[in-house]
Amino acid sequence: MRLKYLLSVLLAAGLSTAAFANPYETTLKNGLRIIVKEDHRAPTAVQMVWYRIGSTDEVDGASGVAHVLEHMMFKGTPKVGPGEFNKRVAAAGGRDNAFTSRDYTAYFQQVPKEKLDDVMALEADRMRHLNVDAKEFAQEIKVVMEERRMRTDDEPQSKLFEQMNAVAFQAHPYRRPIIGWMNDLETMTAADAKAWYDTWYVPNNAYVVITGDVDHKEVFALAEKYYGPLEGRALPPRKQQIEPAQEGTRQLTVKAPAELPVLIMGYKAPVLRDIEKDSDPYALEMLASILDGHDAARFNKKLVREDKVALSAGVDYDATARGPGMIYLHGTPSEGKTVGDLEAALRAEIARVQKDGISEQELKRAKAQLIAGQVYKLDSMFGQAMEIGQIEAVGLPYQKLDRMIEKLQKVTADDVQAVAQKYFNDDTLTIGRLDPQPLDGKPRRPAVATRH
Amino acid sequence: MKRLLTVAIALLVSQAALAGIKIEHWMTPSGARVLFVESRVLPMLDLRVDFAAGSMFDPEGKSGLAALTRGTLDLGAGKFDENAIAEQLADIGASLGGGADTDRAGISLRTLSAPDKREPALAILNSVLHAPRFDAAIFAREKARTIASLKEAMTRPDSIAGKAFWAAMYPNHPYGHQATPESIAALSRNDLVAFHARYYNAANANITLVGDLSRADAERIAEAIAAGLPKGKAATLPDAPRLPDWSHVNIPHPASQSHIYIGLPAIERGNPDYFPLLVGNYTLGGGGFVSRLMKEVRDKRGYAYSVYSYFAPLKQTGPFQIGLQTKRSQARDALKVTREVLTGFLKDGPTEEELAAAKANLTGSFPLRLDSNKKILENVANIGFYGLPLDYLDQYRAKVEAVTTDDIRQAFARRVRPENLITVTVAAD
Repeated sequence: MRLKYLLSVLLAAGLSTAAFANPYETTLKNGLRIIVKEDHRAPTAVQMVWYRIGSTDEVDGASGVAHVLEHMMFKGTPKVGPGEFNKRVAAAGGRDNAFTSRDYTAYFQQVPKEKLDDVMALEADRMRHLNVDAKEFAQEIKVVMEERRMRTDDEPQSKLFEQMNAVAFQAHPYRRPIIGWMNDLETMTAADAKAWYDTWYVPNNAYVVITGDVDHKEVFALAEKYYGPLEGRALPPRKQQIEPAQEGTRQLTVKAPAELPVLIMGYKAPVLRDIEKDSDPYALEMLASILDGHDAARFNKKLVREDKVALSAGVDYDATARGPGMIYLHGTPSEGKTVGDLEAALRAEIARVQKDGISEQELKRAKAQLIAGQVYKLDSMFGQAMEIGQIEAVGLPYQKLDRMIEKLQKVTADDVQAVAQKYFNDDTLTIGRLDPQPLDGKPRRPAVATRH
Repeated sequence: MKRLLTVAIALLVSQAALAGIKIEHWMTPSGARVLFVESRVLPMLDLRVDFAAGSMFDPEGKSGLAALTRGTLDLGAGKFDENAIAEQLADIGASLGGGADTDRAGISLRTLSAPDKREPALAILNSVLHAPRFDAAIFAREKARTIASLKEAMTRPDSIAGKAFWAAMYPNHPYGHQATPESIAALSRNDLVAFHARYYNAANANITLVGDLSRADAERIAEAIAAGLPKGKAATLPDAPRLPDWSHVNIPHPASQSHIYIGLPAIERGNPDYFPLLVGNYTLGGGGFVSRLMKEVRDKRGYAYSVYSYFAPLKQTGPFQIGLQTKRSQARDALKVTREVLTGFLKDGPTEEELAAAKANLTGSFPLRLDSNKKILENVANIGFYGLPLDYLDQYRAKVEAVTTDDIRQAFARRVRPENLITVTVAAD
């Protein structure tokens, strides 16, 4: 009864958009795809330009160049001077930024709808006409090094995660950090950034996602006007890189100034390649939700609340990626407990699923959250554009997003138990531990006792 | 079928009414203030209840009490134990959120609006608000977790800098008091019960609702929330903060980057100086990538990834703050440039051209502040909690437009006096 009602709500929400065949799509002659999702709730619009290029496409010695180029994209073209891009977006009442991942690089502007025209012109201009000026580069590379210090070097958990990936992957480029190794940043030149841009920034390696209070036909016409004249060019072949099978547990330790230890256990896991034929990634997603989807999900309930072995414990799994996947268990032990205690507790929770499976109620709960999430996501225009952009970035069609939800709804308790048995295998496990160090190198003062 | 029609019709109605946000306002019979925005497009409801129960009301020597009270509130209430709360909310796709800051403690609910989801979600919310258990074993556990996370925070350069900055800005006011492992260790369950009894009452509550709801339902829901609370009395504020004398606090740390904060207590909510300060600060360090600080510190010299300034008006005089992080060996140089930018701005204010750019962005971006239920909820809850005029959002653009360069210079001269500026550096060579 409950589920049936939920489905009718979902259907209703879907129908109000489906009636207009939303989203709409066209492809320009130069190969650039334009995807428009109309959403007339508020007089604003979001433009996102996605390039199918990320840190995974870099080579050794040039790690971080995808991200450095993202910074350089704000440094001007023959028509638009350095810093002028941000100035014009700001003058239009807009907000803009960009982000680089392993798999893609994306740029976005949120603007009042009347200003979409302006920001489309700006993005089209820098798609093919960027100046990579050596003087600008010399300043900006310093900014990126500061960003690395802030995000990684002084963040013990980020550092641990960076090292984890460098150990878990040996051949696949996912072993390199997106922001790049500091030494690679130090030796990078403007010419490296320019070569990256010239190779990969072409309309046939990009797609534009626009959501908001817009008419798709008008947007298509603007796209033709601004992006249409840009020339496409053949891309260099990309060789598939396959990580060799891992044959035994790997372990690493990172020492850093901190108070609390951290444990990460990462297992190799599949990602979605075929929305129809694959089934394990869906079951792994439901497993992650059952272990860590809400405050009384298994990890928090058992490890934090009941046994008090952990201050926090969680699961990270992303079913979509261009490269290989992993599922991570992570946590921080409580005072008086060790990372060894926590590791044993995390293993015991996985063993419990492997042996006894999960309850129908737990599965139903995870599915109810999923369905509600489909309604809540419509509250954010930016979120809707992100969803389309991200799924396309890994080579899956956004038209199948609803189908993915259906497939998740079909996961059974047996499926969840089966993936728990299949993928939590010590031979593909990498264990990372953060070993906290005192700030001044001296022994710590005695801990404050907790009164009960 | 009926449901489908409602959704379809609602869609048309709301699309015709985009001009402004219509805020309805009333007091419940028991004295709680209610603000309501009907938004029928999506079948969902966002609701929050804010109490003047933030850390500024921590009694002397009991820093961290407000936060721990709020943190323990939804860990068992009425007939629901802590797991039942989380499980039953998840079963209907609803979630509770919120937390405590300096001024307020809030609890928010997001739920689907269909009555068979909404009503059970509200029943849990009401239990949490009206009958928190403050179970002794759970309290002990949360205390231990809080102490551990405070100890961790005391190793992080950004947290160390932030705590030192507030302590130096507010030496004689609760805004400057920080929870410590010791202050948390000294708290008892009775402290939580007493704090809850004093501050979680109707006279001290603001209820905000946004979403797929009729006025009649909104009234009924708000009254159910308020009626279950003690009538109580509104919180009384401590004496206003006094301005500190200029000082520079330097704290050693092994980090690779230095964290730098500059600022002082500057302005409270609702003060008319806010608009000149807001518009002026856009040019100084508020306008994202186009501010003077960004230009001088980041673009020209590559000193920092992030550099900003802002005014954070609070119930009582809230801070003006500049922040940046830079390689520790160049901390002095970065600090010097930052101070020069500030001094130059205090002396001359923005140019007419800069003022025009600030206004264009602040007024032009206004629709972006209100384009989701989540954002509307946040804005409207602020209006309610801080007692801002109900037409605050309608007046916003006109108030920004009215600001002149003279207004900005004068407001900065009144509010940002160099002799009262606090500087904190952590990990600077």
